[in-house]
Amino acid sequence: MNSRRWLPAALALVPAFVDPALANGNAERGRDLYESRCISCHSLDANRIGPKHRGVYGRKAGSVPEFTYSPAVKSSSVVWNDQTLMRWLTNPQEVIPGQRMNFRVSQPQDRADIVAYLKKESGQ
Amino acid sequence: MTPSSIAVPTGPIAKGLITERRAFFRAAGAATLSATAVALMAGCESMAQGNMTAADVNILNVALGLEHEAINAYQLGAESGLLQQPVLNTAVAFQTHHKEHRDALIATIRKMGGMPVAEKPKAEYARALNAGSLRNQADVLKLAQRLERGAANAYLGVIPSFGDKGLAQVAARLAADETMHWTALTSAMGEMLPQKALTFGA
Repeated sequence: MNSRRWLPAALALVPAFVDPALANGNAERGRDLYESRCISCHSLDANRIGPKHRGVYGRKAGSVPEFTYSPAVKSSSVVWNDQTLMRWLTNPQEVIPGQRMNFRVSQPQDRADIVAYLKKESGQ
Repeated sequence: MTPSSIAVPTGPIAKGLITERRAFFRAAGAATLSATAVALMAGCESMAQGNMTAADVNILNVALGLEHEAINAYQLGAESGLLQQPVLNTAVAFQTHHKEHRDALIATIRKMGGMPVAEKPKAEYARALNAGSLRNQADVLKLAQRLERGAANAYLGVIPSFGDKGLAQVAARLAADETMHWTALTSAMGEMLPQKALTFGA
């Protein structure tokens, strides 16, 4: 088999399993991105339009006390980690249909940096 | 609402804010569309055809929550007594824009058969935004600047999720208003505008 023919196709499948941008997540840049992209609805320590984010990494979706989630998120079994957060920021509706956020971060590196920041602020 | 729980407004403009606010609540059940709401929805005839999705209503309701918070943030700033003219007038003008956004979103959500998300008590916004930490005009402007940039990016970030392209265009128009606010606030604070293009919504 000619490896030149199948290798590009095989590489194209890799992001579906492990996003290479995750390995280079920059929490410091992620803090700036969080400040510009997420701050309209979220804070680390206050429930606002969205739930507070400190501790989100490793937490079950829909589990922040005193925040009113959509039924879809509340009943979800998703646990927030590298992969689920990356997918969530890519397209929330594909992770938990019926969720309310719908905000998308288009660039993989931006997503990875935001995830790195959330992970750091969650003490992980 | 408990205006008395925050510093009592001192000027006629700040008092006008409260009067406008009370008038809104009195009229809330009337379901009348402001001229802005009608204009905003003018390009969204498909909404009347019943082909809108619940997902679009969800997006609009998150946007409405954001506008409720913005209105309250400017209210808190106006009532703080920390804003001097002409900044106070500018803040009032921006709050009026957000009220028009709110009215348009409420009308659109209702037209789509949805239930508009309710405004929270002002004290909740004050707590969530840490309004007690505001000490001077620069603090108020900085908070407004952060929220306006976030709002612009929020509207840009939900555009790909809309099922209806007309609503996506509405989100872009709302983002343009928030960007206008951010630009004016940034200039008022004497800060440099971005040296690079495409700094919003990437």
